[in-house]
Amino acid sequence: MALHLRSSFSSKSTLLNILRHNLGFGSRSHVTRHIRQILPHDPPLRGSQNPISRLCNTMAEPETLSSFVQHEYANNHQVMDFPGGKVAFTPEIQFISESDKERVPCYRVLDDNGQLITNSQFVQVSEEVAVKIYSDMVTLQIMDNIFYEAQRQGRLSFYATAIGEEAINIASAAALTPQDVIFPQYREPGVLLWRGFTLQEFANQCFGNKSDYGKGRQMPVHYGSNKLNYFTVSATIATQLPNAVGAAYSLKMDKKDACAVTYFGDGGTSEGDFHAALNFAAVMEAPVLFICRNNGWAISTPTSDQFRSDGVVVKGRAYGIRSIRVDGNDALAMYSAVHTAREMAIREQRPILIEALTYRVGHHSTSDDSTRYRSAGEIEWWNKARNPLSRFRTWIESNGWWSDKTESDLRSRIKKEMLEALRVAEKTEKPNLQNMFSDVYDVPPSNLREQELLVRQTINSHPQDYPSDVPL
Amino acid sequence: MAALLGRSCRKLSFPSLSHGARRVSTETGKSLNLYSAINQALHIALDTDPWSYVFGEDVGFGGVFRCTTGLAERFGKNRVFNTPLCEQGIVGFGIGLAAMGNRAIVEIQFADYIYPAFDQIVNEAAKFRYRSGNQFNCGGLTIRAPYGAVGHGGHYHSQSPEAFFCHVPGIKVVIPRSPREAKGLLLSCIRDPNPVVFFEPKWLYRQAVEEVPEHDYMIPLSEAEVIREGNDITLVGWGAQLTIMEQACLDAEKEGISCELIDLKTLLPWDKETVEASVKKTGRLLISHEAPVTGGFGAEISATILERCFLKLEAPVSRVCGLDTPFPLVFEPFYMPTKNKILDAIKSTVNY
Repeated sequence: MALHLRSSFSSKSTLLNILRHNLGFGSRSHVTRHIRQILPHDPPLRGSQNPISRLCNTMAEPETLSSFVQHEYANNHQVMDFPGGKVAFTPEIQFISESDKERVPCYRVLDDNGQLITNSQFVQVSEEVAVKIYSDMVTLQIMDNIFYEAQRQGRLSFYATAIGEEAINIASAAALTPQDVIFPQYREPGVLLWRGFTLQEFANQCFGNKSDYGKGRQMPVHYGSNKLNYFTVSATIATQLPNAVGAAYSLKMDKKDACAVTYFGDGGTSEGDFHAALNFAAVMEAPVLFICRNNGWAISTPTSDQFRSDGVVVKGRAYGIRSIRVDGNDALAMYSAVHTAREMAIREQRPILIEALTYRVGHHSTSDDSTRYRSAGEIEWWNKARNPLSRFRTWIESNGWWSDKTESDLRSRIKKEMLEALRVAEKTEKPNLQNMFSDVYDVPPSNLREQELLVRQTINSHPQDYPSDVPL
Repeated sequence: MAALLGRSCRKLSFPSLSHGARRVSTETGKSLNLYSAINQALHIALDTDPWSYVFGEDVGFGGVFRCTTGLAERFGKNRVFNTPLCEQGIVGFGIGLAAMGNRAIVEIQFADYIYPAFDQIVNEAAKFRYRSGNQFNCGGLTIRAPYGAVGHGGHYHSQSPEAFFCHVPGIKVVIPRSPREAKGLLLSCIRDPNPVVFFEPKWLYRQAVEEVPEHDYMIPLSEAEVIREGNDITLVGWGAQLTIMEQACLDAEKEGISCELIDLKTLLPWDKETVEASVKKTGRLLISHEAPVTGGFGAEISATILERCFLKLEAPVSRVCGLDTPFPLVFEPFYMPTKNKILDAIKSTVNY
């Protein structure tokens, strides 16, 4: 039978029909198991133009065709045949419950006191990597605090901190490679920091000076760096998600040993683009990591007003996406989860959803005072008892990799660097006016050339209307 | 870009427009209708750039208008594929592909359904290069969508949404009038280093037949074309409407009115100079489009020409457009800017 089939098919449907006819199975998943056995071993999908192998990968896992169904079919043909495959039927009115009895457990490796949980599974980190993870978490924390204060003092127009989410930022970045392309929301500067973006570069963007790679066009914290493979932040929520899927598909077609990674908050999962992206990622079999920072708040909206599912992790299954819930304040767990997910995504060419549970310790931004909608006590508790930095610090200290001395040395050095970066960025002049008109298109069209002339004429007539720190 | 870390993004290459840039009107080719001409352009695009992709709803079997016939068979399902039914996903995915240096040629099944993708187009595609300080761009993105009246399309198969997009700095909007134009313009759009929205007049998919050169050629963007010369009045339009306007011009000529007809082709950024030069010659302007008159792109053309040609104008700028209603079914003949509506407007403008 197998020999006969190996030579006789020319199309997917012909093969399926042959199998259906000869082997008495209708379910695609059952049939594809046979296809997998019959066809010569195919290389993985990357670049393959074989429509069958693409179909195989999207089929439900063989386990879905339960033994019950097989039994039923073999004996009574008590199954229903639909375009999507065979399903067993039931004479009982049964609804799938809106929620499982148990919430999906959360993967963590370090307990609240930074002690390694016995028998925990995790990916080993070297001392060098662990120390860098911790140092970068400290750097991020200091950078956030200093920028925040600078805004309060009127030196910066705006800022948004990532306080409380340092482990998600840094540990996830540490688990990736520089070739993995990042599509951030706006609370992930730590990923840039890990990759080598300097405090000066952050400050330049926040001040929108002429050294800002974004050329002064956007508000602070809208970072982007093509040399670090970090796509520029846009404030619109979740719009980056489908973009990441397209980028992942590009990596897939180029057979790169890399994936796309996109970050978003709990609020972002309500956007249509979340649904669009996850569905596309599953269908396109795109190597993309969806990392959700579930920090409990979308500005003032708690998650109870955001969704009624068991968080975000359960939504992956609806799209056929493998998912994991992880303690976002446990740097070691974050690192391990992202590391593992990345390997899966690239090796199996599939998307992975990671829900990192955490807490947004800071306000949404400098335009927000979160004590208006949550208690200061709650904020304080998360900042102290569940702080990601202290937990990881305990662990690296227990390994002999860190000490009070290295801590205070680091903190005073970073603080000095930050203040210097601020000072320099503040003094650096703004980008030239011409930068308002460039890059709208690759080359300014005639309407923009005309408008630049008109603006310059107006400036000549009314110089007092215009800021003096923008060179003409 | 990213030489240090190994480029994750590919740099798009853009063949120069100098070869084949001008439409060689003396060249002959096969007689093709609009969807076949577009199909040819897509075949050429995919053939000349191995990192180009065509995707959207139902494009795999050839598409509901057959524009993508044969592509999946020839280039494979990894490059030409169906997507889930989700326009925001289709365009968002296309932006991501383009951001990595590929050419993403996206199909939206009807322009009437493009709105879920509007956020992606306006807030992502249009601003991708600018907001990044030119570190990134999604110039390889081209969005194709059939637009316009078809005789029985009603609210949701007849819309002309071009005006919404003409208000978005950072994208280009292109509308061809015929098969030969469509092939050359589409190839230019695909190869243009900016994201482009390409509206195809669905009425002409089968109705319009023309000799289309079989080779690879491009028609430049942002260059309007005077397709009929005249002295008494300038008419400006795009897409299928030009056929109607041309008939009006013929009728007007019988009554001694010499009409100059301009195909705008690219609405954003549009070629003001050609229209201005023409109106300075004729002193009169009439704009016609299917989209509703209020806020339609005719208003932009009118305002601009008024600014530039005020003293040369012999009459107010006339707009003969669709009405300010959702596109009706039974009432379509009343809604449409017909030849006679245009002819009447020509005469009243000339006799002002």
